[in-house]
Amino acid sequence: MKAKEYKSGVKPIWCPGCGHFGVFNAITKALAAVDAKPEDYALISGIGCSSRLPAYATTYGFHGVHGRALPVATGLKVARPEIHVIAVGGDGDGFSIGGNHFLHACRRNVDMVYIVMDNQVYGMTKGQASPTTPADWRDSKLTPRGPEIPPLQPLAMALAAGAGFIARGYGGDPNGLAAMIHEAMAFRGFAFIQVLSQCITFVPEQQAWKELITEFNETTDDPARAGAILHGDNGLRKGVFYRNPRPSWPVSHGPVAEPGSGAREGFLAL
Amino acid sequence: MESITVAITGAGGAGAISSGELLLRLAGRQGYFGMLKKTFSPQIRGGESAAILRLSPQPVETFDGVIHLLIALDWHNFARFSDEVPISAETLVVQDVQAGTPPDNVPDGAETITIDGAGVAAGVESGWVNMVFVGLMARVLGSDVDTVEALVAQRFRRHPEATGQAAVRAARAGFSLTEAERLRALMSELRPTRAVADRWLANGNQLAGLGALEAGIRFVAAYPITPASDVLEWLAGHLEASGGNLVQAEDELAAINMVIGAGFGGVPAMTATSGPGLALMSEGMGLAVASETPVLVLNVMRGGPSTGIPTKSEQSDFNLAVYGLHGDAPHVVLACQSVADCYHTTAWGAALASELQTLVIVLSDQFLGQSMQILDAPETTLYRAERFKPADSSEVDGYRRYRDTASGISPMAVPGDAHCMYTADGLEHTESAVPSPRAGDHQRQLDKRQRKIAQHDFGDSWYTLVGSARADTLLICFGAVTASAREALTALATGGRSVALLSFRLLCPLPLDQLEPILTCYERHWVVEQNHSGQFCHYLRSLMPAVAFRSLARQGPLLITPREIVDAIVGDSL
Ligand SMILES: Cc1ncc(C[n+]2csc(CCOP(=O)(O)OP(=O)(O)O)c2C)c(N)n1
Ligand code: SF4
Repeated sequence: MKAKEYKSGVKPIWCPGCGHFGVFNAITKALAAVDAKPEDYALISGIGCSSRLPAYATTYGFHGVHGRALPVATGLKVARPEIHVIAVGGDGDGFSIGGNHFLHACRRNVDMVYIVMDNQVYGMTKGQASPTTPADWRDSKLTPRGPEIPPLQPLAMALAAGAGFIARGYGGDPNGLAAMIHEAMAFRGFAFIQVLSQCITFVPEQQAWKELITEFNETTDDPARAGAILHGDNGLRKGVFYRNPRPSWPVSHGPVAEPGSGAREGFLAL
Repeated sequence: MESITVAITGAGGAGAISSGELLLRLAGRQGYFGMLKKTFSPQIRGGESAAILRLSPQPVETFDGVIHLLIALDWHNFARFSDEVPISAETLVVQDVQAGTPPDNVPDGAETITIDGAGVAAGVESGWVNMVFVGLMARVLGSDVDTVEALVAQRFRRHPEATGQAAVRAARAGFSLTEAERLRALMSELRPTRAVADRWLANGNQLAGLGALEAGIRFVAAYPITPASDVLEWLAGHLEASGGNLVQAEDELAAINMVIGAGFGGVPAMTATSGPGLALMSEGMGLAVASETPVLVLNVMRGGPSTGIPTKSEQSDFNLAVYGLHGDAPHVVLACQSVADCYHTTAWGAALASELQTLVIVLSDQFLGQSMQILDAPETTLYRAERFKPADSSEVDGYRRYRDTASGISPMAVPGDAHCMYTADGLEHTESAVPSPRAGDHQRQLDKRQRKIAQHDFGDSWYTLVGSARADTLLICFGAVTASAREALTALATGGRSVALLSFRLLCPLPLDQLEPILTCYERHWVVEQNHSGQFCHYLRSLMPAVAFRSLARQGPLLITPREIVDAIVGDSL
């Protein structure tokens, strides 16, 4: 199937120029690249402009509540391992209200892709600071002096929490991003991609990203080296930083001897 | 006397609880029915504990607040249990010689037998004082010495052999104590007719797990909380053999959403929690309703609000279960009526969640969940968690996930089904699952979600009614109170007062068209519940303002006893 055949035709609510369009295009290209059967894929999201994405695709989708995309995705994947699961959302959704799930999803390593469209702002609620907003960003009425706290480092967090595939992409480069998503889909385990996806409406300065973003080509499987790279990172390099597969969860214990046995016998305790 | 209640109390390490468990097993072997309640001081390990055991030749489902026999291995800190182990002048006290000074609340007239447990144990080169008392009581229960020895040996099978042998010797020595004869008199009216080999020993949490499993639950997400953890632990031990999975979630927000993910995938899924966890799940439960995802939540109630009394029973999450969702969110709330019924009601909940594609909350409580009971094995449930699937290609053509059907239930496709792809949504949506804020769509979907529950035929499992239709007074309750109310009924009948009992297994929605004709048979309506504010009574009053419901509501942690109910009814003379 062609990339455009993965588009449902539901009209996106996104502002013209929103970075999320590019991310959506990249996802459809990646699906086309593996000739995905749409019924075997599920896009799972929380709440935010970015989280609207599943309805725009022809795969299965689940648009849940704010911050809980990863638990829904985990439940689906564990219950239905043959389904390919891609969780998507924003930086507020994934790193603030859903931050705990992010850490535990990295650690649990259930086989799925997680794409965070990071625009360093809460777009849907009209422009408040998010966990990745710079400390001195003063354009929100809620924090007129700026957040005054340093932004989170999602990639370093993912590394510390045990993710095996850690990458940063750019929504303004759908082809490069599609290749990265393709690679993440092929990875067995939890694959995390932070995508710089501009919010044209509330942080128009992000249009400068296209000049500022550089390539990173030194993928490592050494966590110490990845740590050094990510801690010295300026947040504007795209590429796969860390790739180091480990067994995904649930661990397979092989066939069970006698299915269904023993549940009742255990009560015959007299 | 129709039953005997024995309490065994002791300091940490004295073995009161394990003695109680052994005696329950022994009693079961002798053909008794029985129930065991364990109570602990708040200390995690090593604090005082008490085992309260009620035995009868007839099925036993609750406690009546009377202690006939108290075995005090140790009086130290006994006062902690004085509420739950009320001693009266009729209580026969058996104390160890080293138990210390009896506390003030042991009445002067109480008959006391003192036994030198340590001396008897030392006589057979054993340190197992509690096993001396187990041996003694085994004899009282009519057991033979071989059975006791076998059970004690089994209890110690994981210990070094010498330890187990010492315990067996102590039990044997206790078995031959002459004091047994005095105690046997207590049991004389209570001989079971036959010994049985096929009864079960189980608590309500385990039975809820079994009900869920046998109804087809194959995915569980779990976040530990007392007193629900043992449901989850039981399921963890049995799901894999049935091809299911359990995920230990990072919190209850994750747990409920994982269950939603699995339910969306077409795999019957549940979680179990208690008050604070149910509160955290509230937003997710609303999502299950809006997205029409089958979800089963078992809430094992404890004392609240907040951390409250986590190890004791209460029925105070009624409001949260019935009213605790945001928006207009019709869902189903069921209540387990007894330890055994935890099996059936949880299975029913699993079936209803799948059939109605919505949230089902099953209320149990600490008492039902954690009391061990000897009971007859439940017949395997006929309830099955089954999904209404898109039938044929005509339906698949232009598949609409949220199609506005007459029943309100729409065929549910799941990932993997070709031609039916859709995005499930907590946003209001059209019949085709496209997000829509339009007034017409909102009303259509609200009506549909309401209708599928309101129009559902819940059959006649929604209640149990005991007693004569000619009675003047009707007791109304749900959950653990049911057994106390049933005993109250018997006591009232003996006193010449004819009372009936209506216990609800379905709390929400209430089938008012069937309920009202029942209520009109009676003059007085007493709502009995275990919480401080009378939550259930307020609910009934709001639904049926014409009925003058009277309220007997008392908070936990002490169970409402049959006596309290009798007193209320007798006090309310006609
Ligand atoms: C429980 C809850 N709290 C708050 C909100 C309001 N809310 C909706 S979207 C959002 C933030 C979205 O930001 P982000 O995830 O970064 O996505 P973006 O809109 O920028 O793509 C918030 C706070 C909500 N929907 N639910
Ligand atoms: S507000 Fe920002 S994030 Fe939301 S759609 Fe508009 S540009 Fe995109």
